[in-house]
Amino acid sequence: MNKLARELLFPLIAVVAAFIVGGILILLVGDNPIVAYRLLLGSALSWPDGIGYTLFHATPLIFTGLAVLVGFRCGLFNIGAEGQLYIAAFATAWVGITFANSSSWLLIPMCFAAAILTGAFWGAIPGVLKAKFGSHEVINTIMLNFIAVALVSYFTQYHYKVPGDPILQTAPIGPSAYIPHLGRFIPGLPERIPLNLAFILALLCCLLVYLFLWRTKWGYEIRATGSNPFAAEYGGISIRKQIILAMSVSGALAGMVAINEVLGNRHRYYDGFSDNYGFTGIAVALLGRNHPVGVILAALLFAALQHGGIYVDGFSEHVTKDIVQVLQGVIILFVAAEGFFKWALGRRLPWNV
Amino acid sequence: MRDIFTLSLIASTIRLATPLVLAALGGLFSERSGVINIALEGKMLAGAFTAAALTHAAETSLGMGAASPWIGLLGGMLAGLFIAAIYALSCIKFKADQVVSGAAINILMLGMPGLLSGAFFLSSGSTPQIPKDHLLPQSPLVIAITILALVAGIWYVVYKTPFGLRLRSVGENPEAADAAGVSVARIRYSGVLLAGILAGMGGAYLSIGQSSLFTRNMTAGRGFIALAALIFGKWRPVQTLLACLLFGFTEAVSIQMQGVFKLPSGDDIPVQFIQMVPYVLTIVVLAGFIGSSRPPRALGIPYQKEK
Repeated sequence: MNKLARELLFPLIAVVAAFIVGGILILLVGDNPIVAYRLLLGSALSWPDGIGYTLFHATPLIFTGLAVLVGFRCGLFNIGAEGQLYIAAFATAWVGITFANSSSWLLIPMCFAAAILTGAFWGAIPGVLKAKFGSHEVINTIMLNFIAVALVSYFTQYHYKVPGDPILQTAPIGPSAYIPHLGRFIPGLPERIPLNLAFILALLCCLLVYLFLWRTKWGYEIRATGSNPFAAEYGGISIRKQIILAMSVSGALAGMVAINEVLGNRHRYYDGFSDNYGFTGIAVALLGRNHPVGVILAALLFAALQHGGIYVDGFSEHVTKDIVQVLQGVIILFVAAEGFFKWALGRRLPWNV
Repeated sequence: MRDIFTLSLIASTIRLATPLVLAALGGLFSERSGVINIALEGKMLAGAFTAAALTHAAETSLGMGAASPWIGLLGGMLAGLFIAAIYALSCIKFKADQVVSGAAINILMLGMPGLLSGAFFLSSGSTPQIPKDHLLPQSPLVIAITILALVAGIWYVVYKTPFGLRLRSVGENPEAADAAGVSVARIRYSGVLLAGILAGMGGAYLSIGQSSLFTRNMTAGRGFIALAALIFGKWRPVQTLLACLLFGFTEAVSIQMQGVFKLPSGDDIPVQFIQMVPYVLTIVVLAGFIGSSRPPRALGIPYQKEK
């Protein structure tokens, strides 16, 4: 049994098992699972809309999946990607509004920096709290999610909303901060599909995260801290530094969701824009076995489901797009409880897993 | 400041704190046994949806009248128990990561009520309205007495009974408890299942007590506020109750205060800053700035019995 097959086995079993559970639920609510699943997954494969939207939805999930991955590799659980991407999205919009008259060559890098640095800052807070006071990053990131949402909603409502706008959103950013939709470069892909340069950036980040974690000293130290903090400390690695570093990198990656959303899609900060990207990122990282390539595959699966959810809502009698979240939850549950499969299949597997 | 401490504010504080108290006390059983409970949110959603759906069913199909909210409450508790059983199996039997399983339960329960209500009520995530006279008791006095009795009972169980002693020892030092003949797994199952029942009850009070129907994601983070209250209350029943009252008070203030509370400059105090209070306090307390809040020592660590 080679390593790759083993890495793929449990995620695949988890997905299949989740679809079986989901299928039973669909039957219970009175629809045909095969029809529902065809709507859910089939629509993602059509060109150009299905593929275009699936890749667009996959973009934030790749970023948040990578964010959770970097945390996990250091033994940390970043549940705070949601808050990090909210605060980063607002900061990005702020830069895009405040310096709206700058040229693209200046404004786009400034917006990128805003997204990355603000995300990194918001991620560093629980890192510092853990390193200095030993307080659990899970609790702190949960709390910081709520604080981020409240803060950003305050600034939007009181300072950056267009007066009279009934929607809680900021004024638009300057057009020079827009990044192009990929439709401009790819023949056959209409420009109305919001898939934009951020997708390419997300793929690039997968490569960078891989190089960072597996080819640099810092990355090695993060992984050493994650796999055995005591041994790492004994080996002369400062665990505290690694915790803060990993949380900052994690936050920076989550913050990059802002590039897709603010510069590439809506061109403003919009309250509630995130469709649980931060939490789905947990599912993406886990299903992707905490590897950048796995993250891409898992992000594509969840993005396809997210896109297909709209069709399920529209064309099936009983099932709603809520089935997507149910599937996500069950997939994570199964991935987490790997022991369940080992227990259920244990003696029947021909090799020792 | 004087005029905001009105009787109606106190009453609404008690009402708003009730779901938090129930969920937080549930979380206490689970966390004192060593199992992290970030799934309180999901269990509350399960309880809230089931309670509203069952109350409606009992009322319309079975003609149970005034008894129907009690059927709903029971259903909510059972729903919390059911979800907790899944969580317990995953964390205790299969030694899954507790935080990951908890996150999974929360995501699952965001979707499940919508899926079921779409099928049963042909609605997009909410249950039908229940008439005012078929809801759980609203009187602040009745609620306050019930809650006080519950807290006293839980305090007694945790500190004065053999079960409570075992619960605390399993959360602090499972190896020693095991060596003394306590079944770590059994105590943890009890802790997590009790948490499910209480969180389900808290959810039920949200949908058929404070409100009169279930709406999509109606807990809106209350499971996490309950968790915050548990930490702020240092994992002790009485302090946790006080923390819930404080957080219920901030919620009551943020509801009542809009447009009422003025700064000297004439501006309103933005409601967002009041909403942040529980979260900021929790971070501050957890970092040890105001007294120290120390979690049970074995919190979050699956127990592997030595062979």
